[in-house]
Amino acid sequence: MTDPEILSVLRPDGTIDPAYDPGLDGTELQSLYRHMVLLRAVDEKAVALQRSGRIGFFVPSTGQEACSIGAGHAVRGGDWIFPAYRDHGVGLMRGYPLAALVGQMLGNTTDTTRGRQMPNHWCDRSIRLVSVSSPVATQLPHAVGAAYAAKLRGERVAVLTTFGDGGTSTGDFHAAMNFTGVLRLPVVFLCENNRYAISVPVERQTATRTLAEKARAYGLPGVRVDGNDVLAVRKAVGDAMDRARAGEGGTLIEALTYRIGPHSTSDDPTVYRSEEEVAAWRVKDPIRRFAVFLERRGLLEDPAAEEAGAKEAVRLAVEAAEGAPPVPLSSMFEDVYADIPWHLAEQRDALLSGKR
Amino acid sequence: MAEVTLIRAINDALATEMARDPSVCVLGEDVGVDGGVFRATEGLLHRFGQERVIDTPLNEVGIVGMAIGMAMNGLRPVAEIEFSDFIYPAFDQIVSEMAKMRYRSAGQFSVAVVLRAPSGGGIRGGHYHSQSPEAYYIHTAGLVVVMPSTPADAKGLLSSAIRGEDPVIFLEPKALYRTVKGEVPQGEYLVPIGKGRIVRPGDDLTLIAWGAMVPVAEKAASAAAGEGVGVEIIDPRTLWPLDIEMIETSVRRTGRAVVLHEAPRTCGFGAEVSSLIHERCFLHLKAPVARVTGFDTPFPYSLEKTYLPDPERTLRAIRASMAY
Repeated sequence: MTDPEILSVLRPDGTIDPAYDPGLDGTELQSLYRHMVLLRAVDEKAVALQRSGRIGFFVPSTGQEACSIGAGHAVRGGDWIFPAYRDHGVGLMRGYPLAALVGQMLGNTTDTTRGRQMPNHWCDRSIRLVSVSSPVATQLPHAVGAAYAAKLRGERVAVLTTFGDGGTSTGDFHAAMNFTGVLRLPVVFLCENNRYAISVPVERQTATRTLAEKARAYGLPGVRVDGNDVLAVRKAVGDAMDRARAGEGGTLIEALTYRIGPHSTSDDPTVYRSEEEVAAWRVKDPIRRFAVFLERRGLLEDPAAEEAGAKEAVRLAVEAAEGAPPVPLSSMFEDVYADIPWHLAEQRDALLSGKR
Repeated sequence: MAEVTLIRAINDALATEMARDPSVCVLGEDVGVDGGVFRATEGLLHRFGQERVIDTPLNEVGIVGMAIGMAMNGLRPVAEIEFSDFIYPAFDQIVSEMAKMRYRSAGQFSVAVVLRAPSGGGIRGGHYHSQSPEAYYIHTAGLVVVMPSTPADAKGLLSSAIRGEDPVIFLEPKALYRTVKGEVPQGEYLVPIGKGRIVRPGDDLTLIAWGAMVPVAEKAASAAAGEGVGVEIIDPRTLWPLDIEMIETSVRRTGRAVVLHEAPRTCGFGAEVSSLIHERCFLHLKAPVARVTGFDTPFPYSLEKTYLPDPERTLRAIRASMAY
């Protein structure tokens, strides 16, 4: 991309724009690459598991790895993450274990959230990764509240929340952006504009030229970034998180990217977009683009071996988790309230004694 | 002990809990400088500062959603919605987020939010200032629903709600804000969640009422006493989880029950209470459980007094039950 308004770091020839170099060392750069490759491998395996009836559903992120991995890398200990369902990469990059991710998809006793939600609805308190919801953008006002609490206690932390282009049409987006502006809160809004909310193109979501310009209406800075450029995403999110931690308020980031696969395993994207359009985005593949840069720097010797290693790790994780027992029936009645009230105890006991 | 109004008791609970626990915050429209449209938060801004008494932009989704995030990050927010009729923009945040966060995270995150909202009719407020929405929230897994009818209960239950670990919909009978006075203990005062109160003992019929219907029930019970009928009034106080034990014990003894509420009849909470009594006390019943409720219409402005159950309608139901 050559639009001067769009932050881009990786050049087509594998060099980078030194003005926007996020300044990561070799190990960090390799980590970004490995997590992007792992994320792609999770996608491939999860779709295969769904197609063979071993999991019920999946939301793939192929094509958008630079967004979630780049953003996840900008998160530090103490920061909070309120992700959308397509952003399991943010969690993976932050240390959400592959075993937990696979367990959540399977919903058996290896699921740390006890089979409570369908795949893609991850949660991990230890890294402040907050439980994902299916309704779009409902997590944005929660990010505001978490940021408020942090600010009240004088903590120098930032809150990252991610969503798609469709999310900008919701009332929750408006509420969260407005509250963040008025209360001057450390929230970074990462909008992954992948051009479609299921079938509806972004031109049907908004009459504005960009999504980033919506930030102005809330008194926040809005920036656009090449969402298929992991270093650009890392730079934009990192700078915004730094500003937030420094008490300078929130930012809206519009990352321009594309969902190569379907919205979910229940979606047929050929109904609403052309093969030519998809092909044009395939050549901008974020992993391949980053690999060219790493190879030029001597940081990547064998991409095929990296991919094979990631696939094997995912295969082993699935193998380890798939045979685990189902969640116990009684678990259905737990965590509804802090303590089990009488009516749930009665319903549980009736179920377990076969009287239902 | 001092005699105070119900609204002063709410204010007392907020101030007492905020003084006790620095993580307690109040947020909503007009809660700061204005002290709330009903003055529930009066004086709190001056005493606790604008960081803990937060005048928010006018957006219910933002208020409830922000409170959820605050609770997940260690605060105990008490959010005010000016009228319970104005909650609906935030309904998704309440039923799918606030109520479900503990469950879907398998207990990793809890949302100890108290959502206060004035509820019910009787102030000539028309449809948008008068409805009784408790059944929506009782129907929603994960929510505690509370509605006090006396100043002491208002203080004690709100304090318990603030200290609890579950999200609470705290409905305040606005018609009683300044029309009832009662003695309220000073300092910290707790009334347990989930425990009802026997307002008046009696042997012939159990009358279950909450919120602004409790004084109506008392008038009806006095009239019934004049006819030789002993009415036992139960105010559940916590609507859900309901104190079923108290109701069951009473109905097994009296053999008759009437449920009284302002909300529309169909799928109102009275239907659930009636069903529970029938399931649990069937062989003790001398008459079917009766309901005295609002009508299945929108809340009417001019005909408000006809819409709302009154002592006369309640007394007719008591008589019908006795004569069954």
